[in-house]
Amino acid sequence: METDMTFEYAPAPESRAIVTIKPKYGHFIGGKFVPGSKHFPTINPATEEVLSQIALAGKADVDAAVKAARKAYTSTWSKMSGKERGKYLYRIARIMQERAREFAVLETLDNGKPIRESRDTDIPLAAAHFFYHAGWADKLEYAGLGTSPKPLGVAGQIIPWNFPLLMLAWKVAPALAAGNTVVLKPAESTPLTALLFAEVCQQAELPAGVVNIVTGDGSTGALIVNHPGIDKIAFTGSTEVGKIIARAVAPTKKSVTLELGGKAANIVFDDAPIDETVEGIVNGIFFNQGHVCCAGSRLLLQESVAEEVLHKLKNRMEKIRVGDPMDKNTDVGAINSKEQLAKIIELSAVGDAEGAERWSPACELPSKGFWFAPTIFTGVTQAHRIAREEIFGPVLSVLTFRTPQEAIEKANNTPFGLSAGIWSEKGSRTLWASQQLRAGVIWANTFNKFDPTSPFGGYKESGWGREGGRHGLAAYLKGVSHE
Amino acid sequence: MSFYGLVDGTEASLKSYLGNLSGVDQVGAEARAAMLATRSIKTTSKRWAIETAITMVDLTTLEGADTPGKVKALCTKAVRPDPTDSSVPSVGAVCVYNDMVEVARTHLDLIGGQHVPVAAVSTAFPSGRASMTVKIQDTKDAIAAGAAEIDMVIDRGAFLAGRYIDVFNEIVAIREVCGEKAHLKVIFETGELVTYDNVRKASFLAMAAGADFIKTSTGKVAPAATPPVVLVMLEAVRDFYEMTQVRIGVKPAGGIRTTKDAIKQLVLVNETVGPDWLNPKLFRIGASALLNDLLMQRMKLDDGYYTSPQYVTMD
Repeated sequence: METDMTFEYAPAPESRAIVTIKPKYGHFIGGKFVPGSKHFPTINPATEEVLSQIALAGKADVDAAVKAARKAYTSTWSKMSGKERGKYLYRIARIMQERAREFAVLETLDNGKPIRESRDTDIPLAAAHFFYHAGWADKLEYAGLGTSPKPLGVAGQIIPWNFPLLMLAWKVAPALAAGNTVVLKPAESTPLTALLFAEVCQQAELPAGVVNIVTGDGSTGALIVNHPGIDKIAFTGSTEVGKIIARAVAPTKKSVTLELGGKAANIVFDDAPIDETVEGIVNGIFFNQGHVCCAGSRLLLQESVAEEVLHKLKNRMEKIRVGDPMDKNTDVGAINSKEQLAKIIELSAVGDAEGAERWSPACELPSKGFWFAPTIFTGVTQAHRIAREEIFGPVLSVLTFRTPQEAIEKANNTPFGLSAGIWSEKGSRTLWASQQLRAGVIWANTFNKFDPTSPFGGYKESGWGREGGRHGLAAYLKGVSHE
Repeated sequence: MSFYGLVDGTEASLKSYLGNLSGVDQVGAEARAAMLATRSIKTTSKRWAIETAITMVDLTTLEGADTPGKVKALCTKAVRPDPTDSSVPSVGAVCVYNDMVEVARTHLDLIGGQHVPVAAVSTAFPSGRASMTVKIQDTKDAIAAGAAEIDMVIDRGAFLAGRYIDVFNEIVAIREVCGEKAHLKVIFETGELVTYDNVRKASFLAMAAGADFIKTSTGKVAPAATPPVVLVMLEAVRDFYEMTQVRIGVKPAGGIRTTKDAIKQLVLVNETVGPDWLNPKLFRIGASALLNDLLMQRMKLDDGYYTSPQYVTMD
């Protein structure tokens, strides 16, 4: 009895009926939605469909937002007990869970990431950050950050497009728990979940002005960074913009935390659990289309297992399902923007020109939207640009090493230092390597795992300060070392 | 016996062969299986999966209370799972105790089920606690009675004590008894081996010793065919194929009761070893209650609603 031996997964699209996208949005200032003057479109990068018109905040809008935040800080939020602040944070966390599907669908439409990831990673983690920090709100005196820790005031927060709601949660939850008020600007290409979050703030009856959301581009970001009424700047994004911000705030009293780029080494020793390592490599670089600052974009393979790992990695990559982000079976979705796609194409061409060998599995890419097939470059050395520069896309550079010492030297030979991965079944080797690596987050036999209790941040050009955990809390309190 | 040139039959060569296997990271294996469990199988692919899963069921009864009447009923169900719908395929095999093989074979032949093989559990199933003489005789009896498939259990005590060569030699001996007459499935009882490292080691040991299939469990110990255990076994048969160009089958058994469970297993197969294994020659599911859930889900696809269990036959 012969069966037809094909198991093609029929389309399994998530319904978008759960979200209502308005044709036009304003800013969220002082607890109310206020109309903007100029607008720009936000699109679905998987289809290029215009989803909505987004307001571009100018000086007057940013001034109004800062003023509302200051008023809320002085009159309400800084005077409220930690216990009461905690109640609001718990309420926000619960509403985010209740509306999780709505957030997930909206995130996928606006960002292009697979619904599986927004549903299973982004949204649950965002809610977890609010739950975690809600717990700290009335326990700040016991966090080991001084006997009477005080908030900084008004925080200006600028977040990237790769994890729109999650990055909002990383910024807003600790700021509010510590008693600050915020003016937040979501990324130009992914503002929709932040605007839905504004609705959640209303639903939670958060006092007006505690959270203000202004939308816009880099010019709006610059207005926030340079605003004299702001006490702290928290930025996640490129190292290039991070340097501009560092220069801008240097002569001011503003505190600053920067979470910038990376070029993480993912080191595979010869005693690694190979099948799980291959999964970890795939998760390290193809998770979220490689739009991850801590992505494992430099694979360092011990030469004795390099061939076996590469063979298995290529086989595994043949199974990656690239396509409609709204399909529940999609593993890799759309590149977030035309500009980012151009950058990935450009740096990949550099890889070709430098003599690295490019390989991608056979995969059909949709004709509309922005797409890039999962790609690996082998034969890469430290001297290649694709081993040094952040591509921020689904492109893996593969290097080899002979001894553990060489692996560490290569891993550390970078201006970045955000994350690293170690794959080995030998505990002593893992502990030794983790002590040698100059990176803020080190994963052992796993990659891209996040938890609100764990501080996240970089060495060198990967940033200043930490987010998450007790360390992240410190960045929103006065008189505490921010390192 | 050549053991694919992987071992020469000595303890030293077996130790070296097993010692070269890479470890399995528990957290990583479980995470991969959990991720694959999120695959959403709908409409046409669901229909294909249900149809395929029916052909893969080893319809099983392994009870002290089994009688010829019960076994005959099982055989009838195996040949025509849905008496009202002749388009439903027969299952992969019926699986019974040694003493019921002849009843099953005779009855299957009588009702037009010549194409359905009889599998016999063997070697002092389920515990494996008997002398080699008994285990060999057990297997010979089953084959003489008409079993075309032998589901033997390994000696878990020997395995956990590190006497891998004893486990190996037992499989080799039973393989010899089976010869060309019967397919050999080797049951690990993964719930007793506990670690994924052990499952991987047992898989490579059994494949080199001559198993045609590797099977998770007896159905008498929980946990049984959990998705990560099956994932580790599928990775082993995939790697073994690359080493030898020989395809070994996999049979999860125990705890797979619903269509959803079965489809998860097929997804594991599809994304680990690929479509070559998606047929009953290389993938079976040991189950009893599963078949009726597959039938009810199949009816739902046709009718658009779930039927009452009264519309499928109890055995």
